[in-house]
Amino acid sequence: MQNVAIADQIDELHDPQTFITKYIWSQDHKVIAIQYGLTAIFVGLIALALSGLMRLQLGFPDAFDFINPSDYLQFVTMHGMIMVIYLLTALLLGGFGNYLIPLMIGARDMVFPFLNMLSYWFYLVSVIVLLTSFFVPGGPTGAGWTLYPPQAILPGTPGYDWGIILMLVSLAIFIVAFTMGGLNYVTTVLQARTHGMTLMRMPLTIWGIFTATVLGLLAFPALLVSAIMMMLDKTLGTSFFMPALVSLGENLDYSGGSPILFQHLFWFFGHPEVYIVALPAFGMVSDVLATHARKSIFGYRMMVWAIVVIGGLSFFVWAHHMYVSGMDPAFGFFFATTTLIIAVPTAIKVYNWVLTLWKGNIQLTVPMLFAIGFIFTFTHGGLTGLFLGNVTIDLPLSDTYFVVAHFHMVMGVSPIMVLFAAIYHWYPLLTGKMFDERLGKIHFWFTFLGTYAIYLPMHYLGFLGVPRRYFAMGSMDFIPDSAQTLNQSITISALIVGFSQLIFLYNVFVSLRNGKPAGHNPWGATSLEWQTPDVPPRHGNWGPKLPQVYRWAYDYGVPGAKEDFIPQNHPVTDSERTAGEHDA
Amino acid sequence: MKIVVALVLLVIGSLVFHWLSPWWMTPLASNWSAIDTTIDITLYITGVVFVAVNLFMAWAIFRYRYDPSRRSHYEPENKKLETWLTVITSVGVAAMLAPGLVVWADFVNVPEGADEMEVVGAQWAWSYRLPGDDGVLGEVDSTFVGPLNPFGMSPNDPAGNDDILISSNEVHLLIDRPVKFLLRSKDVLHNFAVPQFRVKMDLVPGMVTYAWATPTVKGKYDLLCMELCGIAHYTMRGYVVVDEQEDYDSWLAKQQTWSEIQSIPPGDAIAGKASYATCAACHGQQGEGLVAFNSPGLAILPAWYITRQIEHFKYGIRGANEGDTFGQQMVPMANMLADAAAIRNVTAYIETLVPEKPVDTIEGDPHKGAAYYNTCGACHGAKAQGNYALQAPPLAGQDDWYLKRQLENFRLGLRGAHKGDTYGHQMVLMARSLQNEQSINDLLAYLNTL
Repeated sequence: MQNVAIADQIDELHDPQTFITKYIWSQDHKVIAIQYGLTAIFVGLIALALSGLMRLQLGFPDAFDFINPSDYLQFVTMHGMIMVIYLLTALLLGGFGNYLIPLMIGARDMVFPFLNMLSYWFYLVSVIVLLTSFFVPGGPTGAGWTLYPPQAILPGTPGYDWGIILMLVSLAIFIVAFTMGGLNYVTTVLQARTHGMTLMRMPLTIWGIFTATVLGLLAFPALLVSAIMMMLDKTLGTSFFMPALVSLGENLDYSGGSPILFQHLFWFFGHPEVYIVALPAFGMVSDVLATHARKSIFGYRMMVWAIVVIGGLSFFVWAHHMYVSGMDPAFGFFFATTTLIIAVPTAIKVYNWVLTLWKGNIQLTVPMLFAIGFIFTFTHGGLTGLFLGNVTIDLPLSDTYFVVAHFHMVMGVSPIMVLFAAIYHWYPLLTGKMFDERLGKIHFWFTFLGTYAIYLPMHYLGFLGVPRRYFAMGSMDFIPDSAQTLNQSITISALIVGFSQLIFLYNVFVSLRNGKPAGHNPWGATSLEWQTPDVPPRHGNWGPKLPQVYRWAYDYGVPGAKEDFIPQNHPVTDSERTAGEHDA
Repeated sequence: MKIVVALVLLVIGSLVFHWLSPWWMTPLASNWSAIDTTIDITLYITGVVFVAVNLFMAWAIFRYRYDPSRRSHYEPENKKLETWLTVITSVGVAAMLAPGLVVWADFVNVPEGADEMEVVGAQWAWSYRLPGDDGVLGEVDSTFVGPLNPFGMSPNDPAGNDDILISSNEVHLLIDRPVKFLLRSKDVLHNFAVPQFRVKMDLVPGMVTYAWATPTVKGKYDLLCMELCGIAHYTMRGYVVVDEQEDYDSWLAKQQTWSEIQSIPPGDAIAGKASYATCAACHGQQGEGLVAFNSPGLAILPAWYITRQIEHFKYGIRGANEGDTFGQQMVPMANMLADAAAIRNVTAYIETLVPEKPVDTIEGDPHKGAAYYNTCGACHGAKAQGNYALQAPPLAGQDDWYLKRQLENFRLGLRGAHKGDTYGHQMVLMARSLQNEQSINDLLAYLNTL
């Protein structure tokens, strides 16, 4: 809180005056957040369209002229990479992290606003480089989002030349962008909290984003070095990941490298990446649940510790992605154990969300529906993780559709449920308008029921043993014809879910103009971002004086209080009992 | 309240789907029943949690629905409840983990005396090597890999001479004998997976990995590559046949050792010229192909490709389908070549013929065709020159009407449907990505420009 004294004595806010400084080269965290958000949603829509194309091929294998095996693998790869990195990571941290951190901790902005601006522009460049690969000779890489060498850089894989190089360059630029943003988020949380905002009074959203950012700062370097090494293998002929091999009949000059080394580096990043996406979602959904259930979050301290412990443990489980990779199988004992241990703090989070609903006063608003949808889908996805994490069960299920179904439930559908909950929840603050409730509910039902219709049956294709990343199944004796019928139904569900996102886009854009004015704090929320003098908050967020925080972020239903919520910046009154004061 | 109904129905629906689903683990054909048991234990424990959490949540939402006259219960923590939940969860997790680790120990430790078999993966086909009489696999190295030595056998290691090399997509295993699969890749990552055996493992270039199983049920099982290995990944398939001793022995007797393969003499072109007289009637004196007889050019084809096709015609792998009229005509012709030596001789003669550029007969859009050819080029080469390592014949310089008919035959399964036709089966899967006649014409128009 060292910087607070300065921020509090501000005489003049130096508001940006021109359109360009206000909306383009803006250093305001709220504008940068929206830039991040819109860019991420734009690439996310591209990735969504790619998944539609993949599903068309899988559901109706001989029907489409414009999808050949190379295209299919390129769709698979780009869909995965865009969704994980350029949509989820960017939207959760670059978007929500940027918007919410200063507002929720009572700061005027990020501590390094110029770096924050650079972070967005680097991100935009990484997106442009990525999208450029669709237009180069050979097209984008089709090596799978894991980019495993040797195949990623050898002929026989689509985009092994231009495509993979642009992919690696784009990732490197993204990591630079993330590092600039991430250092900023961490420093801001540690240094710029307002008067009275102790760490244990921070909303769980901030705990989730903060911990995820720390994970990112430690994990992304592993991806950066593997990208650089693979780039050297590709362009200069080094052999970091390349053993002696014969590619399509030709003896190549590589020798002595290890493909498995890449996998260790990749998953040393890749597993924490799951939590880089999950932890902010855990945090945000906690706040949405508490606000709309009008109840204090259950077991706040335990929730904070669970976030921190999950974050820490996530660095000790990476090789559970590699049980059948050919690494020493004795590793399996260690990684299966650590992986299943991580289920305990994760389960506690689920219990505490459900117990937050228990004895609440639940308003079934659109954000609440999505939050409930999250608990359902995350429980499902988390439980199937216990299959794959348990090394023995991974033998039959690895590389099948069970894996695809599992990670889409746990890291696709459930964080996206939270993203929608969060967008609907904070939309009134962001825009000053209310969205259309009826359209929001329709959007929820299509998305929630539709995604379950996609992924529940997909697990069973996996039990059957149907391999993933296959352009076509052809005839295999152990796969009955009915599996194709199932694939068709999955494709139809996927297309319905895909198109129903138009309802969301329509709602978000039309409500900008037609929505009812939201006014101050329409949900009756306690956290600071709803207590700004202006809605939407103006540059500098707090007017002349920073808010003073007196209590934790979850004073809902406090006995003796006038209303069913008490904002964090309201002093403790005599009439209320002090139960629940969470000073650290 | 719709959400309460939805949650309850989703829970019930999931259970009903599970019990009614016809899609479940394929019947086990190995010793790994313990894997299935571990799955069952995990399924029950996680199933109970799934049902309990979601029904409890549905009940909470219903019971504590919004009422403006009411306040929520203020209880930020309940240490006792949280501790209990932590303990119960830990017990449940341990109950799932323990059997998993026990079974994994069985998987890591291969039983003493297990038979050894090497499985070799290369884009996009399987081959196999058995240690032979001495029980030892000879040394291999990727630097020795070449057209005459696809396994990369080291000339310096005599232990390799009696190794049995199986360049086929089908391999046989002996029932009730534990077998350790030594897994080796020549190029990129692959994964050896037989769903009925339950176990799988990646093949990694530069190292040897392993998995083991004891086949327990006679039968023929699909072998799949389950690690993405490039454009034709989905066509990299094979068969594992589990035999009783007698059948296994008779299969093994037909396989050749490395020294036997090396001692096969080269074909004699002069002797082959006499046999070719019969072929010339339809395929032309110079092997140029005659459209009137529906006979393709042979002069551009390499000996290894012609040899394989003649053998396929002879053994009922190609030309057996009634829809393949012209293929059927080749069957009696191929049968006139009495043995392997006769086939070697005639193909040696055909290799001496000088190819001519055929007349283009098909019109299409070569630009569109070039895009389709991206996929084909992975095996057949950027200039459609063919690639021995992938057993892909040259396409440039072949009669376009012939290629068109073959693509259609592959698409319809008139050619390549036989399980013994490894590469033909790949073409069945590949040709299906060409949806109609126009796309085939465009592709061929592009090939005519090469």
